[in-house]
Amino acid sequence: MSGYKNTGYEVVIGLEVHVELNTATKIFCNCSTEFGAAPNTHVCPVCSGMPGVLPVLNKGVLQRAVAVGLATNCTITQKCKFDRKNYFYPDLPKAFQTSQLYLPICRNGYLEIATAEGAKKVRIHEIHMEEDAGKLNHEAQSGSTLIDFNRCGVPLLEIVSEPDMTCADDVLAYLEKLKSTLEYLNVSDCKMQEGSMRADVNLSVRRVGDAELGTRTETKNMNSFKAIARAIEYEIFRQIELLEDGGQVLQETRRWDDERGVGYAMRSKENAHDYRYFPEPDLAPINISDEWLEEIRGTIPELPDQKQARYVADYKLSDYDAAQLTRYRKLAEIFESAVQLGAAPKEAANLLIGDCLRLLNAEGKEAADLTFEPENLAELLKLVAAGTINKTTAKAVFELIYADNIDPVAYVKENGLEMVSDDGALDAMIDEVIAANPKSVADYQGGKKAALGFLVGQIMKASKGKADAGKVNAKLREKLD
Amino acid sequence: MIQYETAVALRQACIDGQTTAQAQTEAYLAQIAKYDGVYHCYNTLNEKAAEQAAAVDAKLAAGEIAGPLAGVPVAIKDNLATQEMTTTCSSKILEGFISPYDATVVQKLQAAGAIILGKTNMDEFAMGSTTETSYTGATKNPWNAGHVPGGSSGGSAAAVAAGEAPLALGSDTGGSIRQPCAYCGLTGIKPTYGAVSRYGLLAYGSSLDQIGPMAYTVEDCANLLQVIAGYDEKDSTSTQGLSFDFTNALQNDDLRGKKLGLPKNYLGEGLDPEIEQAVRAACEQLAALGAEIVEFEMPMIEYAVPAYYIIACAEASSNLSRYDGIKYGYHPESFADLEDLYLTARSQGFGPEVKRRIMLGTFALSSGYYDAYYQKALKVRALIKQEFDKAFAEYDAIVSPVAPTTAPKLNESLSDPLAMYLSDIYTVSVNLVGIPAVSLPCGFSAAGLPIGMQLLGRNFAEEGLVNLAQAYQMHTDWHAKRPVLKEAE
Repeated sequence: MSGYKNTGYEVVIGLEVHVELNTATKIFCNCSTEFGAAPNTHVCPVCSGMPGVLPVLNKGVLQRAVAVGLATNCTITQKCKFDRKNYFYPDLPKAFQTSQLYLPICRNGYLEIATAEGAKKVRIHEIHMEEDAGKLNHEAQSGSTLIDFNRCGVPLLEIVSEPDMTCADDVLAYLEKLKSTLEYLNVSDCKMQEGSMRADVNLSVRRVGDAELGTRTETKNMNSFKAIARAIEYEIFRQIELLEDGGQVLQETRRWDDERGVGYAMRSKENAHDYRYFPEPDLAPINISDEWLEEIRGTIPELPDQKQARYVADYKLSDYDAAQLTRYRKLAEIFESAVQLGAAPKEAANLLIGDCLRLLNAEGKEAADLTFEPENLAELLKLVAAGTINKTTAKAVFELIYADNIDPVAYVKENGLEMVSDDGALDAMIDEVIAANPKSVADYQGGKKAALGFLVGQIMKASKGKADAGKVNAKLREKLD
Repeated sequence: MIQYETAVALRQACIDGQTTAQAQTEAYLAQIAKYDGVYHCYNTLNEKAAEQAAAVDAKLAAGEIAGPLAGVPVAIKDNLATQEMTTTCSSKILEGFISPYDATVVQKLQAAGAIILGKTNMDEFAMGSTTETSYTGATKNPWNAGHVPGGSSGGSAAAVAAGEAPLALGSDTGGSIRQPCAYCGLTGIKPTYGAVSRYGLLAYGSSLDQIGPMAYTVEDCANLLQVIAGYDEKDSTSTQGLSFDFTNALQNDDLRGKKLGLPKNYLGEGLDPEIEQAVRAACEQLAALGAEIVEFEMPMIEYAVPAYYIIACAEASSNLSRYDGIKYGYHPESFADLEDLYLTARSQGFGPEVKRRIMLGTFALSSGYYDAYYQKALKVRALIKQEFDKAFAEYDAIVSPVAPTTAPKLNESLSDPLAMYLSDIYTVSVNLVGIPAVSLPCGFSAAGLPIGMQLLGRNFAEEGLVNLAQAYQMHTDWHAKRPVLKEAE
């Protein structure tokens, strides 16, 4: 059978991604956007929707939206405006969200993603600016619901893709690419756990060969990439099973419960709100001049794809290494600085991709959280290149740089981690080991080549790991062959 | 009698040492105490008015403030946010609401040394033409207490007309300053959209609302407008770099070279003949001062009322959604759940006219109807604007009646809302287009009720309009007439 995992069905997925922008103040007032403050401490009459207030657009929001549009190959709507989306909910104190429907700031873009079948374009239908709502805290004990308006008016971009993805891997690749692009632009910290990046998945299935799209559902409430992948997999098979059993997919909004690993229906689109959108009369229409547009274009840094190509060309890195390094802006910055300070590119890439990412993963941190100086990484790699320390020592010292940003030169010196460079001392150690292990020597000389590894290990042990393993190997052979 | 002095005269009396801000504030408070029981101009009085006036006297003595409003009492409409008094829009749903901030115009008044006397009655959320939709009860017309003062700024108009304030601020969404001025024998200005900050004005129709001055004379209105106008960083629809200077406009009665258009189709059918006569007589007076009067047609007026009510109600349906009974104002004592709280608060908190307009606006924005109503209304709005642009290419100003009749009797308007809406025919176009207009008295009916006319100008032509009105008032005395008040029994 063909189709998705040989089910005979193909999958169509589009994403609506909400990203909180990292402006210091909110979209329509001067309140702080800082995350995690005590409830209702970052509020004013404007963002709490008191009677008579008016919004004033934060220009930083517009600038960031334009930058994201340019970086995702969109057309910028230079004459755009805001609209009101009306609905009643206690977390929305004005009872309307100021958003964009009729003239969104960006349209018709795309991002390129790598898939098993090669590079693929995921088109972006539009990107629009809007304000976030507050947060309801349900208190189980008292049964009451408290409203925190701190998040009210935090600026959001909603990035709406076309339904160009066909599996969870596509979606993850798209989200990774989007996330790294936003990080490079420095417009958002994209933390899913803190809700600064949220993705709603629109998904439908159809039998291979069908021309018409199936009925789609929208799944919300995934707070990690892993959860998104699980939710997609779940929803694909739920829809296929439903159709196979002769049922129908209902157009509905669903929530993902990651703990239980199931999705469930929230509300059906048939009872959906009529949002009664109309142009926001309290904000003058926006006019982005050609000059300002070009000015913003000029601030867009080298993006991940361009960087990756350059790393392959300039540093002779593999595509894989270059892709890994450029996925996170911070990692790429550290890499480039270290290389500039004299580190060997390949060695730097190995430590950053192998060790650094592993350490971050283990702690559940992101590259953006890295705090060590690239200089310390460069110094460490210079010690390796100069033959002062071996690679095993280098890995151990790197863990300390990662954790405490230590100075590797001083640390190696203080702890006497230099390789044994005195040939006389090394010869003595080798001779001692040969004398102490006659059986292994005999095995090796009798044709058991593996015995040499044991002897090398004994010598390394005797040197407390500080001998140059290559040199030990060569000397040993010289003596035994 | 201090109560019927103009603000200009009050200010001069202070400068000359004949009175003080405190003394004149107390005199107005006494007038309010004496007559407000009859006319019900105010919802709330400023308990600190006399105290604040004394502080202004000290500042005046120290030379810290000057200007035409220093020490002058002012009444403000109850839809302007104030921290010291409740702001209710004459609605039960805002019962007891104290704003956490002051409207920009309130701050400007205070900075200019004006003394705020209190908050004036209005149609609930400015929805109405008679001040009868107020939750606090109807305001009466000082010229005849059996008649309405007009609306929605009827409390402000009646307060000035009854000598309970020399000046007042109103707001005008579809005629709410100009029509009550016409009904009460006053002068009022609806400024160009964007001339005065709306920050702190509890919105009715956001794209139409403007705050403006009301007084007996255009000179007082101009002085008040000069203080409140100008760009406000809190209102991005306010106009940058704007400031008015009416000094010259107020001194010149030579109208030679001015070309005024009189839309023929505004006169005739549907217009009270006494009003047509008064407006035509006013045109003759303006002509006598040198202006050329040309009759022409403005046929789009036919579509102005429907377009206006769709746009205003659509915006209102959204603007008034925040009044949900949760955070401030009226909160129902019992409710089953969240939806029931919304329903109960809004069913009990809003009056029938407000509900009617919310429903009308909600319908006009609903999926499937948006294009047929709201979108079409926007097209009409654009066509009306074109018509005005064409007219202003030809004329310096347009002369028009303000309302088809003089002030109706109490209790005869609300039973037929459609007829009430149609009576806004001469005023709503101005708001749809955004242009400024001055409403000023130009006669009395045989029954003794005031008649008003209005002068419309192109955007930011306030100085020119004030000049026309001032020239007219320099040669007429309609604005100098005062009603005979009725004391409480």
